[in-house]
Amino acid sequence: MKKLNKLYFSALSGSFGHIVKRDELPWWKSWLIRVVSVILALIVCGFVTVSLTDLNPIEMYITMVEGAIGTSRLTWNLFQNTAILLCVALAVTPAFKMKFWNIGAEGQILIGGFATAACMIFLEGKISEPLLIPLMLVLSIIAGAIWGLVPAYFKTRFNSNETLFTLMMNYVAIQIVAYYTLEWSMPKGSGTPRTLDYGQLPVLFGQKYLVNILVVALLTVLVYIYLKYSKQGYEISVVGESEKTARYIGINVKKVVLRTMAISGALCGVAGFLLVAGTDHSLKSDTSGGRGFTAIMVSWLAKFNPIFMILTSLLIVFLQKGASKISEVYRLNSSFADIITGIIIFFIIGSEFFINYKIKLNKKEGNV
Amino acid sequence: MKKILSFLLVAVMVVASLGVLTACGDKKANDDFKIGFICLHDENSTYDKNFLVAAEEATKELGLSADQVIIKTNIPEGNECYEAAADLADQGCDIVFANSFGHEPYMLKAAKEFPEVQFCHATGTTAHTEGVENFHNAFASIYEGRYLAGIAAGMKLNEMIEEGKITADQAKMGYVGAFTYAEVVSGYTSFYLGAKSVCPDVTMEVQFTGSWYDEALEKEAATKLLSNNCVLISQHADSMGAPTACENAGVPNVSYNGSTEAACPNTFIVSSRIDWAPYYKYIINAVQNGEEIATDWCEGFEVGSVKLTDINEKVAAKGTKEAIEDAKAKLIAGEIKVFDTNNFTVGGKKIDSYMADVDTDANYEKDTEVIADGYFHESEFRSAPYFDLQIDGITLLNSAF
Repeated sequence: MKKLNKLYFSALSGSFGHIVKRDELPWWKSWLIRVVSVILALIVCGFVTVSLTDLNPIEMYITMVEGAIGTSRLTWNLFQNTAILLCVALAVTPAFKMKFWNIGAEGQILIGGFATAACMIFLEGKISEPLLIPLMLVLSIIAGAIWGLVPAYFKTRFNSNETLFTLMMNYVAIQIVAYYTLEWSMPKGSGTPRTLDYGQLPVLFGQKYLVNILVVALLTVLVYIYLKYSKQGYEISVVGESEKTARYIGINVKKVVLRTMAISGALCGVAGFLLVAGTDHSLKSDTSGGRGFTAIMVSWLAKFNPIFMILTSLLIVFLQKGASKISEVYRLNSSFADIITGIIIFFIIGSEFFINYKIKLNKKEGNV
Repeated sequence: MKKILSFLLVAVMVVASLGVLTACGDKKANDDFKIGFICLHDENSTYDKNFLVAAEEATKELGLSADQVIIKTNIPEGNECYEAAADLADQGCDIVFANSFGHEPYMLKAAKEFPEVQFCHATGTTAHTEGVENFHNAFASIYEGRYLAGIAAGMKLNEMIEEGKITADQAKMGYVGAFTYAEVVSGYTSFYLGAKSVCPDVTMEVQFTGSWYDEALEKEAATKLLSNNCVLISQHADSMGAPTACENAGVPNVSYNGSTEAACPNTFIVSSRIDWAPYYKYIINAVQNGEEIATDWCEGFEVGSVKLTDINEKVAAKGTKEAIEDAKAKLIAGEIKVFDTNNFTVGGKKIDSYMADVDTDANYEKDTEVIADGYFHESEFRSAPYFDLQIDGITLLNSAF
């Protein structure tokens, strides 16, 4: 494979030039590249729009913005969705930074939500809400942490493949939740989850999503400090860079892996708690709604920096909301909106290539 | 004389123009009218397509312009539904309609927040007990349509027996159901009873998928039924899974939600469907005229809510059309009842009393006596079906509660 790559690159370099890794760019240059890539993406989307539909691309972009922040309700909704996605991104980040491929966030969210829902159903009216809500939170954290610890334990004990293991843990969680969704469904057998009224998160200042947003804002700061300034955060980056180096300087790698996955799972558990008690007030197998996977993109795009993740999660949610508005206003199948979002995300990911690499053009033919 | 005439003429013109002006005023009120639709999927699902087609037909017929009709597709059964409903209310909709069963609690939440907007929900069960004035449920007596579709199936089985393709005791149908839920149970039982009314020896096996929409699972369920030697398949699940499996295997299929003849020309017999256009016209007219909308609305053949698609003559048995027309007339006249207790048994016994769970509650309490005058009164105490008896002749291969 390596040989093939080399061949390919030499062929490429023979005709055009060659690809060289860049030194770190000054921040303004890298941001300039990002901005230019977004503008290019919008232009390409414009061409696609004109060629496939009879829409005016400028109007379409305005519609997108309206769909995301057109009314105060939509804006709150945007922030609420951003908060949840950001929470999951924060959760997967420590694991990914450690190069532990946790693609089980989906299941960790669900099992956390499951713990919350079970409390809301079985303890309804039995203990007061101010007691119930912290209990729900703690149990969700424990449930999520266990769901993260199981693959981590097998990884450290038997060196099992964490990608497959975390992925399969998703299905276990989905099946458990699907079973109980039916078990608890109302009316019986309909598959429709019952509405959980007891133990909902409080409405602050008349805004029902404010608690969610504040919790995630706090978590963002905590995760940022944890990763950047704590000893444990440093250990995570060392293990991620090289396990051998970590072992050489006396880091207990197994302990770090277990601890980090427990944290990762626990944060997913919090996301599940917020979704069930703060947003949906119900639980079913698609409550996590693919956020466990989208969050990976959010985290990578932000280069594992929690503060940048605010931007990347906002961007993704903004595109989703805008896209659904396009299909609503222009009566287009949602696939068209997906194409537009896809192009924009493609360009943004592509811009990272030009930030990390540069193409050196050959001055003369055969000069290699 | 000329002066009087011209005066009269002017007077007439003024009155006429006043009349035109006031007419314009009325028209203006209707121009302000807006209706919003929330759909679980988009036109790729047979279930949602049925709603979308009806919405277009009804709004066109009532002369609503494109910007008076807002359609939101792919709205999941979660908080997104509440947000969508509230957004439609924000956009000035006078009516918000949602088409999926699981949308109900979120529609109800929005209804409580926007008392001036009418929230209409198809297939739901709680409007009659919630007592929220602007929240309404609707359904159609589709079990009667299923019964007619069952007749088409029974006639096809008779034809197969006559042609010697199968013996009478091999007349086994298969049915792909979503959940072991009253709406599905009512559907497959009425289908079976329709078939039994013309082919007395028929039996049926039901396989549940545990999902309202899962093409792969539905296809798999149909394939399993086919390998169990079912010679005809019908379904109550919303994708093309079962019809496609039938077409591939060359086994006749009675469809639901709409014609699948285009995709399955060699196996499609007929399909029953709910036509939502009459309901849409009813609610739009009611709101425009300032009238109340019924809390629970359930209509059938008379207003055109329950329909059968064109019969595929290539596959259907001879005389199917006439038999269906005949039974339809009798159903309308009340001469026959789908759930006549003389026509089915439960555990070998005739049923003369049954308490059904009509009022939705967390304990699934059986609360209403539904058998009287010799038949099960389906969709009378609320619009959504509540027939959930397991009758003899139908075998459930699994269950998905």
